[in-house]
Amino acid sequence: MDLFPLLNSLRIAAISTVLVFFLGLFFAYYIARLPKVIKGILDVILTLPLVLPPTVVGYLVLRLVGPRRVIGKFIQTIFGFTIPMTWWSAIIVTVIVIFPLMYRTARGAFESFDNTLMYSGQTLGLSNSYIFWRIRLPYCRQGILAGTVLAFARALGEYGATSMIAGYIPGHTATISTTVYALWKNNQDSEAFKWVLVNIAISAVVLLAVNLLERKERKAANSSVS
Amino acid sequence: MLAILGASGCGKSMTLKCIAGIEKPDRGRIVLDDTVLFDSEKHIDLKPQKRQVGYLFQQYALFPNMTALQNVICGVRVGSKAEKKQRAMEMLSRLHLDGCENQKPSQLSGGQQQRCALARILVNEPKVLLLDEPFSALDAHLRFNTERQVENIIKEFGGTVIFVSHDRDEVFRLTDNIAVMENGALSSMGEKHEVFSEPMTVGGAILTGCKNISEIDIKAPDKVFAKDWGLELMVPEVSDDIKAVGIRMHDIILADQNDTTAVNSFSCKVTGEIENPFSYSIMLHPDGLDSSKYILMDLDKSEWNKIRADKLIIEIPPEKVLLLKQ
Repeated sequence: MDLFPLLNSLRIAAISTVLVFFLGLFFAYYIARLPKVIKGILDVILTLPLVLPPTVVGYLVLRLVGPRRVIGKFIQTIFGFTIPMTWWSAIIVTVIVIFPLMYRTARGAFESFDNTLMYSGQTLGLSNSYIFWRIRLPYCRQGILAGTVLAFARALGEYGATSMIAGYIPGHTATISTTVYALWKNNQDSEAFKWVLVNIAISAVVLLAVNLLERKERKAANSSVS
Repeated sequence: MLAILGASGCGKSMTLKCIAGIEKPDRGRIVLDDTVLFDSEKHIDLKPQKRQVGYLFQQYALFPNMTALQNVICGVRVGSKAEKKQRAMEMLSRLHLDGCENQKPSQLSGGQQQRCALARILVNEPKVLLLDEPFSALDAHLRFNTERQVENIIKEFGGTVIFVSHDRDEVFRLTDNIAVMENGALSSMGEKHEVFSEPMTVGGAILTGCKNISEIDIKAPDKVFAKDWGLELMVPEVSDDIKAVGIRMHDIILADQNDTTAVNSFSCKVTGEIENPFSYSIMLHPDGLDSSKYILMDLDKSEWNKIRADKLIIEIPPEKVLLLKQ
């Protein structure tokens, strides 16, 4: 069995998750401080990919970076390459699809933060970035961790937008999900089933990890209360 | 050291937050020693990081993910890692927290948490110490001892301290100078004995624990009619802006029970008693009064148990009557 789809899926999911981790935190932190109206509008835009079908996301991205579109043409003439049908083009759509998961959970976590901790840090002379990384993030780690893992799990399962922009080229752009579809379509049922099992196994492990982490957190929280 | 005494929501915490730079005032000027912290006209607004203000929060605001020692190290402004640690350890031991350095705030008792927060602030070398209801999160039986400890720590600190509270007893025990705050403005300020004996306003009287307050009509320069109680009271001297009088429960004394001719002595019916741990609050209804209003008087338990009368003749010494503005 050629393991390329597994590796490709993992690297796309991992890179997307790292990017979304920082993007999600950044937006969650700064949008909370914006005026109400702008906050409401941005919130809708940033959460939209959560409810849109991935094919719609894929279509919109293709309209932007397709070789005959403005940005795509621009990149082709300046840098001499096209974005679609490369393995990393899947990262672009995956980031968009999983972003709302990270953004929303991080925002919820930040809202639970006790602001007097920030104020006391400020009066002690601690820099705002120290307060963010060393006090706010550890305080909100549970929600942020949950968001990150959910985003990773969703990234592994991405199919619609990925298949539109990266297609299915065995050994180049194939991911687990696109491989399952392609094999099934070609009547290679037993091959497809193997990849289904692989996918289920990875997802189960990820979700199990989340549950274990949550239980550990809850235990720590309980022991500190009593 | 100055205490700001005020009811919840009167703006005392907000005042501290403005000094610390956590809240931005609409306008005005805040000057600490020679440094202008805030000036709305000159557009000066120093960051809280630059103000060197020590703020003790009601719930202490210790960083829950760090140990006591790490919390205090956060407060040390300059030095190498080793120097910072040493300074923090010294401060912890000065505040009797030896052995607690590796514990998380949640593992410390309320009093320890408070001292840890104080250590973190003192090690920061602030120019002014702001204490925001520092004892409100502690159980009542711990408060008194904690108060004494904090008193000592403050004395050692030696700098300016502003202490905010709604508890008049606490304020009286801890400070010499008291400012009373109502609706965001100071209504009176001065030496504590003066402030407590002469509250300028009705709100101030209530805050300092005065239970009997009545509106008045002025009858003569030394005589007023207390409307709520239907009593004519002799007072030292009354000016036109005095709108009410207050009488503290413990300033009312038992008169000679066979004689109603003494100054400000009145016959009253006893309509109820409230038992306190060490005294009774007696509800008194002056004779001839139509309404259900009453006057509260404080009596020692043994004294009241001896009398237990239906009627009492009480005396209100004129010099004890508080003259109050609106």
